[in-house]
Amino acid sequence: MAQAITLAADAPTLSAANTGFMLICSALVMLMTPGLAFFYGGMVRVKSTLNMLMMSFISLGIVTILWVLYGFSVAFGDDKGSLVGWNSDWVGLSNIGLTELWDGTTIPLFVFASFQLMFAILTPALISGALADRVKFSAWALFIALWVTVVYFPVAHWVWGSGGWAFDLGVIDFAGGTAVHINAGAAALGVILVIGKRIGFKKDPMRPHSLPLVMLGAGLLWFGWFGFNAGSWLGNDDGVGALMFVNTQVATGAAVVGWLAYEKIRHGAFTTLGAASGAVSGLVAITPAGGAVSPLGAIAIGIIAGVLCAMAVGLKYKLGYDDSLDVVGVHLVGGIIGSLLIGFFATGKGQSDVAGLFYGGGLDQFWKQCAGVFGVLAYSLIASAVLALLIHKTLGMRVSEDEEVAGIDQAEHAETAYDFSGAGGGAARTAASSPVAPAESKKVDA
Amino acid sequence: MKLITAVVKPHRLDEIKEALQAFGVHGLTVTEASGYGRQRGHTEVYRGAEYTVDLVPKVRIEVLVEDDDAEQLVDVVVKAARTGKIGDGKVWTIPVETAVRVRTGERGPDAL
Repeated sequence: MAQAITLAADAPTLSAANTGFMLICSALVMLMTPGLAFFYGGMVRVKSTLNMLMMSFISLGIVTILWVLYGFSVAFGDDKGSLVGWNSDWVGLSNIGLTELWDGTTIPLFVFASFQLMFAILTPALISGALADRVKFSAWALFIALWVTVVYFPVAHWVWGSGGWAFDLGVIDFAGGTAVHINAGAAALGVILVIGKRIGFKKDPMRPHSLPLVMLGAGLLWFGWFGFNAGSWLGNDDGVGALMFVNTQVATGAAVVGWLAYEKIRHGAFTTLGAASGAVSGLVAITPAGGAVSPLGAIAIGIIAGVLCAMAVGLKYKLGYDDSLDVVGVHLVGGIIGSLLIGFFATGKGQSDVAGLFYGGGLDQFWKQCAGVFGVLAYSLIASAVLALLIHKTLGMRVSEDEEVAGIDQAEHAETAYDFSGAGGGAARTAASSPVAPAESKKVDA
Repeated sequence: MKLITAVVKPHRLDEIKEALQAFGVHGLTVTEASGYGRQRGHTEVYRGAEYTVDLVPKVRIEVLVEDDDAEQLVDVVVKAARTGKIGDGKVWTIPVETAVRVRTGERGPDAL
């Protein structure tokens, strides 16, 4: 996490304004996880809608607990060998004073811990899009717990923790291009290489069941992302957070236009799914870069991300891996684009005085960005594949073929997303499932 | 008695209903249907993946009529359903052995 530089020489004092702002930003980032659930949920077929929603929602439960217990300490505690952090006072968030400030900022440690918690929740949820329709819920829950422990907490330390190798190297990642998006995208690729394709991939039609839900989710993500990005400066004393806010909007708008233009030329239509996906690709790409580039640079990054991600989502059909909802195509590719383009578009007038190639800075920063990108990508890909393999060989990652075909919602959650019996037509069903007293079990014609 | 079944374009439903009412038909049943004949489906694109949707939405209209009216009513339906473009649908009749009005128990043509 990029940290606000306090201008005064004396020790910073608690700022009520920054604290209030950061609490709101934390809540905005929290909203991104349900937003993501809708974004993904609308893209799957009716029979696995609830599972898709739940794969994100469970992260709000599991990761929250682990974060309090040890996650915050591992991610942001005192550096151990440039790889992990540790601070025993933070275990259980128990020995933290109410007015104790996060290093170099004017906000309480509790606020910083809450803000970062929301990132830790969102990142594993992002992975779930690649695993649609086919993963046992218990296996997924276990995977999340292991993954944040082995991958996310350490990688957050690398990138944002003082003493982490990428942080010390000078890799710029304002709000999570590497730690969140490349990390989640590479993990998604690692897991799907282990668990394999959905039954019927490339044969059966797998159309999104509700594009309005996808659009709603994209809107919530976009809204929440202002907190994710602008909040990552942890305060507003020097205007960098505001630059990030502007660039978040600018790049995202540009990416919508870029994706739609590519689609219209290549496939002949301006699709709703393309607009929603374009928005997310722009948000992903500007996440690492928005504090370092100008609004015109943000337009360039947005358009490039929109077009390249629109091209990248087709790769899974050619290469034969089932990245169901394009976590690789959007988050991995978008994260790489945003992280690397900093090397070209950094103006030297934003979060730091480091300039990219187009602003007279040479390729120095670009090479640093490459190191950050490929370090996180390689580690996340391999570690995630190993974790998935461990679970796959013991508990099994996948539901049975029957359950997958019939729909994972019924098998894993004992529910269906929508009651299609409708007015009038529902007579038979209503009779069969009439709510008689709290019965042990009831028969329903689903 | 005969059962006239028409599978036609959904937007012609109102025209057909009015034409039948004008003729003196008192009741009909409509269901949403999908299918294809010479008119094939359309293509949809999701993130570059193209899906051919074969089945086209149609409505199926069913009318029970007396034998004498059948031929003429078929013409009424066909006339109201026609747009002249591919995909206008089909109309056919089949003989019906019996019909009962549930409320009164009337049988045969009286039940219509």
